[in-house]
Amino acid sequence: MSVLNGVSYGLLLFMLSAGLTLIFSMMGVLNFAHASFYMLGAYFAYQVSEWTNYWVAFVVAPILVAVMGGLFERYVLRKTHKSGHVAELLVTFGLSFVILELVQLIWGRSAVDYKVPAALDGSLFKLFNSSFPEYRAFMMLVAVGMLVSLFLMLKKTRIGLVIQAALTHPETTEALGHNVPRVFAMVFAGGCALAGLAGVIGGNAFITEPGMAQAVGAIIFVVVVVGGMGSLAGALIASVLIGLMQTFAVGLDWSFLGGLSALGIDVTPDTFGYPVWKLKLSQIGPILPYLLLVVMLVVRPKGIMGTRDD
Amino acid sequence: MSAADTSKIALEVKELHAFYGKSHILQGVNLKVNEGEIVALLGRNGAGRSTTVKAIMGMVDNTGEVIWRGKNILGMKAYEIAHLGLGYVPESRDIFPKLTVHQNLMLGEKGGKKPNRWSFEDMYKMFPRLRERQHTEAGVLSGGEQQMLTLCRTLMGDPDLIMIDEPTEGLAPAIVQLVAEYLMELKRRGISVVLVEQKLAIALQISDRVYVMGDRRIVFEGTPAELKADANIRKEWLEV
Repeated sequence: MSVLNGVSYGLLLFMLSAGLTLIFSMMGVLNFAHASFYMLGAYFAYQVSEWTNYWVAFVVAPILVAVMGGLFERYVLRKTHKSGHVAELLVTFGLSFVILELVQLIWGRSAVDYKVPAALDGSLFKLFNSSFPEYRAFMMLVAVGMLVSLFLMLKKTRIGLVIQAALTHPETTEALGHNVPRVFAMVFAGGCALAGLAGVIGGNAFITEPGMAQAVGAIIFVVVVVGGMGSLAGALIASVLIGLMQTFAVGLDWSFLGGLSALGIDVTPDTFGYPVWKLKLSQIGPILPYLLLVVMLVVRPKGIMGTRDD
Repeated sequence: MSAADTSKIALEVKELHAFYGKSHILQGVNLKVNEGEIVALLGRNGAGRSTTVKAIMGMVDNTGEVIWRGKNILGMKAYEIAHLGLGYVPESRDIFPKLTVHQNLMLGEKGGKKPNRWSFEDMYKMFPRLRERQHTEAGVLSGGEQQMLTLCRTLMGDPDLIMIDEPTEGLAPAIVQLVAEYLMELKRRGISVVLVEQKLAIALQISDRVYVMGDRRIVFEGTPAELKADANIRKEWLEV
């Protein structure tokens, strides 16, 4: 059961990090506002489903997010590009705050009531007395569907070929007559649409509140670095890995205490470092991804599937 | 297709200045290329030859005039310039390493409606090695094969003028000869060529006219025979 939950959470992370890693390898800029587009997706979906229904929101919200992303790339990011990567980084950083403030202004500081649609609000099956929600299965279906279509688009179409070329050699690709700036804007908008879609399906599975962008933002950076900057396959592996890691950690009560006593070492409250030994895995769960990040940077700085040597 | 009217000017560059950030790389370059002509751009490393072709292609910040068939194209984007019929073959064999040879060639095509004078078959006939390796990742090709690939990739975009940056650098003599034949084939088809070279031999063998660059500007203009006769220019600007 934890496996399925972990995988579904991991796939959601992948929808977010796929766009982030593509944008990074293409433009060399880490988009700090990426998770904000995820949040926008959730809020737009909430609003649109209030007005109409969930299925309309499912289609409309990602499109709205994509349009906003495209406009931001075209009118802000592209102009900043001349001033170098630091300026680009700062402008996306600024955008994340603008979005946060706007969201709080429009929808308030507390969580909104964005619910899973009634049609999917059941239990799919039961296993060992815990039930697997239908909506989780739906999330996985959407994520896998997106994964497959992204793969087909990149590998089987001409525009996919141009994207792959522009990812590594933008100048040469442009000199061959391809409108690389337009490809950049499309990839940026596409990445935002994916983040928006993740918001649509994640916002009601978890919670839709102003803190959601920050909560997931740090994790997807870990995914991108661990997976290898610019590698979709790496992002997929790292997403599922971190999804599983976090889900399992929450469900497990293991601690060093138990491990040491199994080895025949008695640890009492008087033993040196007792506060560390008694920590349960579930307590340190939230920092595990960052530990992984640090270990990864030390052991293999280019990430699981990364190809960059610098 | 027969050879073009070589008395007509195809490309004219006037007072071209180029900049990388704050450094002033070109300081007023003037040159002309006639239709169907092979023009060599010679000079030592750092003389500004690569930057000249990149500036013509719109890939670096520049000022001055670049007139292509009567129209000033300076200030246009690289992809727009490519669509007007200028082709650029980058130095350092800038292939797409993760894509196959065939996919690399596909990326050379611009996808316009104009009929293309070149087909994949033409490329594979010209360089049979590429046919053998068409489904191989381009990153694992030898240096010579990668050079053939970049030459063909740009050709698939059907340019009327092609600018080639150091195509023979580090290649075995047999492959250098292949490249020379490729250039002569272009000339026969009426395509103008700007050849950036360091090897005098090949440049003098196939070029119609020669420019020598030194200190970021043009220091000599003439025929290969005139350059052969001018020992001072060769000594000051070419010989190492």
